[in-house]
Amino acid sequence: MHVRRWLQRGLAIAVSVPLIAACEFSGPQSALDPSGPVAQAQKDLFVWTLWLSVPVMVGVFGVLVYVLLRFRAKNAEDESSIPHQTHGNFKLEIAWTIIPVILVILIAVPTVRTIFATEQRVEAGPDDLAVHATGYQWWFKFDYLDHGFTTANELIIPVGTRVVVSLDSADVLHSFWVPSLAGKRDMIPNNDNQVWFVADEPGTYYGQCAELCLGAHAYMRFRVIAMERADYDGWIASFQNAAAQPVSADPMVERGRVLVAQKGCVACHTIDGYAAGTEVGNPDFPSLTNFGLRTTVGAAIADNTPENLAAWLRDPQAMKPGNYMPTLWSADDPSREEEIEAIVAYLLSLGRDGLASGQLTLGGVHGGQ
Amino acid sequence: MAVSKVTIPAPTPDSMPTAGLFTRPTWTTGIGSWLTTVDHKRLGLLYIGASLMFLAFASIEAFLIRLQLAAPGNTLLSPDVYNQMFTMHGVTMVFLAIMPLGIGFANYFVPLQIGARDLAFPRLNAFGFWVYFFGAVFLYSSFFLGGAPDAGWFAYAPLTSLSNNPGNGTDFYMIGLLVGGIGTLVTAMNLIVTIVSMRAPGMTMMRVPVFTWMILVTAFLIIFAFPPLTIALLQVIFDRTFGTLFYVPEGGGMPILWQHLFWIFGHPEVYIIVLPAFGVISEVIPTFSRKPLFGYPVVILSGIFIGFMGFAVWSHHMFTTGLGPVVNTAFALTSFVIGIPTGIKIFNWLGTIWGGKVRFATPMLYAIAFLVTFTLGGITGIMLAVPPFDAQAQDSYFVVAHFHFAMGGGALLAFFAGLYYWFPKMTGKLLDERLGKTAFWLNVVGFYLIFVPMHVVGLIGMPRRTQTYAEGIGFELPNLLSTAGTFVMGVGLTLLLINIVHGFLRGKPAGNDPWDARTLEWAVSSPPPHHNFDSQPVVNDRDALWVQKYPESVHGERVPASASEPYDAVGIHMPGQSWYPFFMGLALMVFSYALLYHNFWVVGISVAMIFFFTYAWALEGVGGHHLPAGPRTADQSRKEGHA
Repeated sequence: MHVRRWLQRGLAIAVSVPLIAACEFSGPQSALDPSGPVAQAQKDLFVWTLWLSVPVMVGVFGVLVYVLLRFRAKNAEDESSIPHQTHGNFKLEIAWTIIPVILVILIAVPTVRTIFATEQRVEAGPDDLAVHATGYQWWFKFDYLDHGFTTANELIIPVGTRVVVSLDSADVLHSFWVPSLAGKRDMIPNNDNQVWFVADEPGTYYGQCAELCLGAHAYMRFRVIAMERADYDGWIASFQNAAAQPVSADPMVERGRVLVAQKGCVACHTIDGYAAGTEVGNPDFPSLTNFGLRTTVGAAIADNTPENLAAWLRDPQAMKPGNYMPTLWSADDPSREEEIEAIVAYLLSLGRDGLASGQLTLGGVHGGQ
Repeated sequence: MAVSKVTIPAPTPDSMPTAGLFTRPTWTTGIGSWLTTVDHKRLGLLYIGASLMFLAFASIEAFLIRLQLAAPGNTLLSPDVYNQMFTMHGVTMVFLAIMPLGIGFANYFVPLQIGARDLAFPRLNAFGFWVYFFGAVFLYSSFFLGGAPDAGWFAYAPLTSLSNNPGNGTDFYMIGLLVGGIGTLVTAMNLIVTIVSMRAPGMTMMRVPVFTWMILVTAFLIIFAFPPLTIALLQVIFDRTFGTLFYVPEGGGMPILWQHLFWIFGHPEVYIIVLPAFGVISEVIPTFSRKPLFGYPVVILSGIFIGFMGFAVWSHHMFTTGLGPVVNTAFALTSFVIGIPTGIKIFNWLGTIWGGKVRFATPMLYAIAFLVTFTLGGITGIMLAVPPFDAQAQDSYFVVAHFHFAMGGGALLAFFAGLYYWFPKMTGKLLDERLGKTAFWLNVVGFYLIFVPMHVVGLIGMPRRTQTYAEGIGFELPNLLSTAGTFVMGVGLTLLLINIVHGFLRGKPAGNDPWDARTLEWAVSSPPPHHNFDSQPVVNDRDALWVQKYPESVHGERVPASASEPYDAVGIHMPGQSWYPFFMGLALMVFSYALLYHNFWVVGISVAMIFFFTYAWALEGVGGHHLPAGPRTADQSRKEGHA
């Protein structure tokens, strides 16, 4: 009986431990794979509490296993015998009150230190990048406060620079979370909030909304892309160049430019420099300015390739169920594929010409995936 | 001091003044006897049965959630249905399954443990049950009336505003919890009065069994925790029904206030669930170690301290809302402090086993699993009390893992221990041990397989409450493992259910005291007679029954005082059954639907009904009858009717 019980226990442990070990601990969205002082400090505290929990587990489980083995009733006679009826021990009570107090102090001291090091509100200085992030159902808007332009779902930052993000929501609660850079901070209507962080390494860091916002909440993702300073400056310049896009020689691109007006895209989506002297779009919808420089479609749902962009335009609900983007073509519309192709060509051309060097150097995805 | 003598004169039922609509019913069998019962044992069984049913519903919801998350991009549940599933899973587990399971045990065993004949207010007790039951039916009817609540069990504003959530679901949540809370509150008051004033002679507060003690603390928590929730629920009901702007941002409302009000209820609610579980463990471990609870006064004081501190930690659910470093520091420290009494309890349970004679019966196995699981849940709890780490773990699957270790593995495993421990007392029949142990191992292995990988997937960035997840960043394997675990635990829970049904139908006779236990509920027959005790128990030790059975093990050679005294010559007063609790519950359900559909005529009628029934209830008269005191045969006992 006992042998079988221990075999069962052993089997459960033997099966579960390697399975857990097989799980991935790093990755572009992992809090255990930090880049930058904020996420690093948060991980360090986790590791510290994990170490402190080792003696607790060894102590409690060790004593538990000991008492269960040592004091188990061995047979029916033993079962009905009466052990000494001890009611307690004052010294022991004092001892095991003091032990948790010490452990708590060991956790509390670095905790308070880290709280004040990472959670103080800061004023963005001249060396910092100041961004205002607004959560919408189900995308993120980023206003570059020092540069006066707006982008969506991708936050481009220079490495080694403190990024101060003020947070707001346009509708329900959202939460701004880029695990490898900083823990989450909620976006609450009528409630100013702030998060700041520094990226040590160039690369693409994955973020995701962490507060239930119904509908397409699971698809409300974003990216933070950290670039070397020169690349970042080039990217900024491409946005500041807000003059009308030159009318492309490519007739396909020009056809797409006409179509985004005909199909009603620009009723919602802003495109800076759409046409000379014309402002289009609505600030409460994702901006498409310099869309050709984006790496993803549909709030970081898919890579920004012509195929994915076409799939998105063809049926946005299939890619991101619940989102507010209308389906613009019926399935039997004969001009659907040709029009989508033209719009894709136009959108992907946006911003490409504005770059000083003509190209953008993106770091790899953080976490090596 | 405890009331020991029944001083009511002995009228017969016929001579009672009745001003009610109905003569007081007297069925002892059949459905009518259950609908009109005021017997704490029958109501306890109704609570336990109903909460096990809702546990089954919540398990099915959890199973569907896990099926959806088995692989990324799965389309089994649409986002809308998925949101309803996890919302109802949470609401059901907290309000309809685990909390009423604890209240059910309290109903059944508090009077027996303190040597009382019933709760102080038997009809009020029945009212509490029917309000809970009809409230639960109301909440679940939402599935057929336009969709269940979908804004999470926490229902954060402004997700619940009319513009963001125009469907009925949120109204079902708000009104259901508002009305259900009435039942919980009256039951808590009833338990407090009972425990404070109806203890057997000699049962000083420091001789009260720990389960009853923890129920007393829990009842106080309920009384202080539910009013803030009621206020918040009413505010949202007003926002949605009458157009007020408490939580509507466009009108200048402050959604963050909901979080404060919700969590100053919500965190004590955690202890409302867990403290009764601590109580069960404090009964099971001494019984199966054959030793008194180690450090009884310390365990009691720790429970009181945990309950008290439970009101000082609510903002640790809000570390990421930007309250600032000073507030976060304060709430981190209070949260750490709660770890200390919790640790002390665990050490005392270990001290109880030390030097004992441990029997590995199923209740003890669940108690051991509780100890391990709750310790692990406590460790992750301390981690989450560290605000900088909480910034990463909050609203990720790490939190889901943590509170399932604390509430599922902690409270629920403890209640399973209680179920196996007390089943023989409640039914007079033994549960099959082999089936019980098989179910135990499946449940525990399944549980760990479900929730251990969730720690990992949370740390690598998966937020909770998401209907699907990204491919290729490490989320697939842990999610698949969790889903696999639900199959194992699903079989375990099914076996547990079969075990219970089998026990009811085929269980071997249990006898009065199958575990050789320590407290008074084991002194009476199984199931206990309708009137509980033939003569008034007199308590002269903490382990009242043990000291009767083995006086020399506690008091050496000293002979203890007599363990009971006869009741008054008039006999044992039995309260009369009543229709009013049932109809009051029904009227409150009518009120709930009328408010939900904005039919204010029917609201008015239902309020009039409630007032009328209250009036009729008050004029119904004392009712009841007297049973002769003293021992009786099983046959006599059956005629008098029992649970």
